[in-house]
Amino acid sequence: MAADTILSIENIEVVYNKTIQVLRGLSLSVERGKVATLLGSNGAGKSTTLKAISNLLALEDGAVTSGSITFDGKPLLAETPHGLVRRGMFHVMEGRRIFEDLTVEENLTAATFALSGRGVKPTPFDLVYGYFPRLYERRHSRAGYLSGGEQQMLAIGRALIAQPKLILLDEPSLGLSPLLVEEIFTIIARINRETGVSMLLVEQNAAVAFAVSHYGYIMETGKIVLDGPTERLIKDEDVREFYLGMSGAEGAKSYRDIKHYKRRKRWLS
Amino acid sequence: MSDFVFFLEICLAGLGSGALLALTALAFVLIYKATRVINLAVGEILMMGGYFFFTVAAGMSLSAWIAIPVAVAGGMAIGAVVERGVIRPMLGEDPISVFMVTVGLGSVLVGIVELVWGTDPRTLPDFMGTAPVFIGEAYVSRKIAISFAIAAVVIALFLTLFRFWRGGVALRATATDQAAAYSCGINVPGVFSLAWIISCGTAAGAGVLLGSIGGISPTMGAFGLSALVVVIVGGLDSVAGALIAGLFIGLLEALTGTYLGGEYKLVFTFGLLIMMLMIRPYGLFGTKEIERL
Ligand SMILES: Nc1ncnc2c1ncn2[C@@H]1O[C@H](COP(=O)(O)OP(=O)(O)OP(=O)(O)O)[C@@H](O)[C@H]1O
Ligand SMILES: [Mg+2]
Repeated sequence: MAADTILSIENIEVVYNKTIQVLRGLSLSVERGKVATLLGSNGAGKSTTLKAISNLLALEDGAVTSGSITFDGKPLLAETPHGLVRRGMFHVMEGRRIFEDLTVEENLTAATFALSGRGVKPTPFDLVYGYFPRLYERRHSRAGYLSGGEQQMLAIGRALIAQPKLILLDEPSLGLSPLLVEEIFTIIARINRETGVSMLLVEQNAAVAFAVSHYGYIMETGKIVLDGPTERLIKDEDVREFYLGMSGAEGAKSYRDIKHYKRRKRWLS
Repeated sequence: MSDFVFFLEICLAGLGSGALLALTALAFVLIYKATRVINLAVGEILMMGGYFFFTVAAGMSLSAWIAIPVAVAGGMAIGAVVERGVIRPMLGEDPISVFMVTVGLGSVLVGIVELVWGTDPRTLPDFMGTAPVFIGEAYVSRKIAISFAIAAVVIALFLTLFRFWRGGVALRATATDQAAAYSCGINVPGVFSLAWIISCGTAAGAGVLLGSIGGISPTMGAFGLSALVVVIVGGLDSVAGALIAGLFIGLLEALTGTYLGGEYKLVFTFGLLIMMLMIRPYGLFGTKEIERL
């Protein structure tokens, strides 16, 4: 493994409930200070990949049955989820998962536990409010009353408090208006540039994800089928076709139909 | 003595036992909120608190100011051991089986008390004094007044800690979303332990107060059932609900007991319980999606 790799996953298999296999020999890596994107259709296993990295699978009765994951030079599969956070990994989960009963400020306070035992100075909340001024205005309101966009900002804000080395971002564009998606991704790019934090970004919205990332992976049914620097992926015919929705060749449509059909069949069997 | 003063005295006594109910209910709420487990042994841990106090204050003739911390610490130790040894290994299992384990724990504790201290009821050495307290013209037993004050202070302390202490934020965060709490670096199993320890310590402390008023016996754990009614009425996951329902049921029991006769106490309390389960099964202040047992 190269010294400038912050995360490397080698050949992992993930099984839920001891029966449902979701990841089948998936490998990927993230360079220090860079943003990598993981694309894939619904149910491909993107969120499962992130949960495997942050060790949250056990909560859903899932487990990594083979392969290895290395974070910041050390294997991580034996660590506790909170221990891993305190080592510099932060998972911004799908669907934002902010604490609705808590105020905005209390949500940020909750994230300060990520700094326990690290001997670092506490992050000033102003760092978060600097990136997201709207959160400052609403800092005393219940997080459950925030708009979807503000909740996403809060979810990313919690990550900032944790001073991580790697942020896992699971579909930050989910359910947001195009304008807000632009805004959030601009800030994501800025955070990467200004703090140097590495990121692994999971997205359905390929165009906006490619705009901020350096490297891309495309996965289907539990493994990587294509990867490369974003400049190269953007030029790839299939990627343009299936993920960027450009070009309109006839054959493409039927291929997608076949894929759907296959998936349904697997699901039924 | 006027009827009104008499009525007032009954109300004050009711509020006094209501405060103890609220304190015990808090022990249920703490564990339920953090871990979604209903600890049916709360009443028996309360009883253990009474017996710990008895052993130190009467058995060893030490001051109450030593005996009280020992009783609370004893309750905390039971909480820590039970959480680590029994509950945590069952994490993720059916809530009903965890619930049954706590029922078993209650019986074990009663057995221990009968073996070690015998089945006879006992009185605790007095440490509150006996001079009556008057509020206006109304007489209140000193023990009830002091218990009320202590319970009020402890509950106020809890509310403050929940709101302003960082650990309180961790507890509420864990209660809302376990996976998200982990993802923020919160030591979730640590929060579970903490909830059990604080809850059992509180129950043991309530046991000292209750025992000072009415004595201790292997059956005093039944008080836990009244407190369980309180949390079901107030909402299993609501601190405010435990408070209000505790005071209300204390009052209700005192008034029906005095004016209608002792046999009506339970009828009213459980009538209220059944009514509550029918119209608002998640309690007055509880969160809606609570599972019913
Ligand atoms: N807790 C679970 N138990 C069993 N199966 C699961 C569980 N979570 C996910 N799966 C299955 O694993 C597969 C991959 O799920 P995952 O959530 O990782 O997909 P995804 O790529 O993130 O999809 P989406 O884009 O819809 O979020 C799906 O088929 C899903 O049904
Ligand atoms: Mg997903």
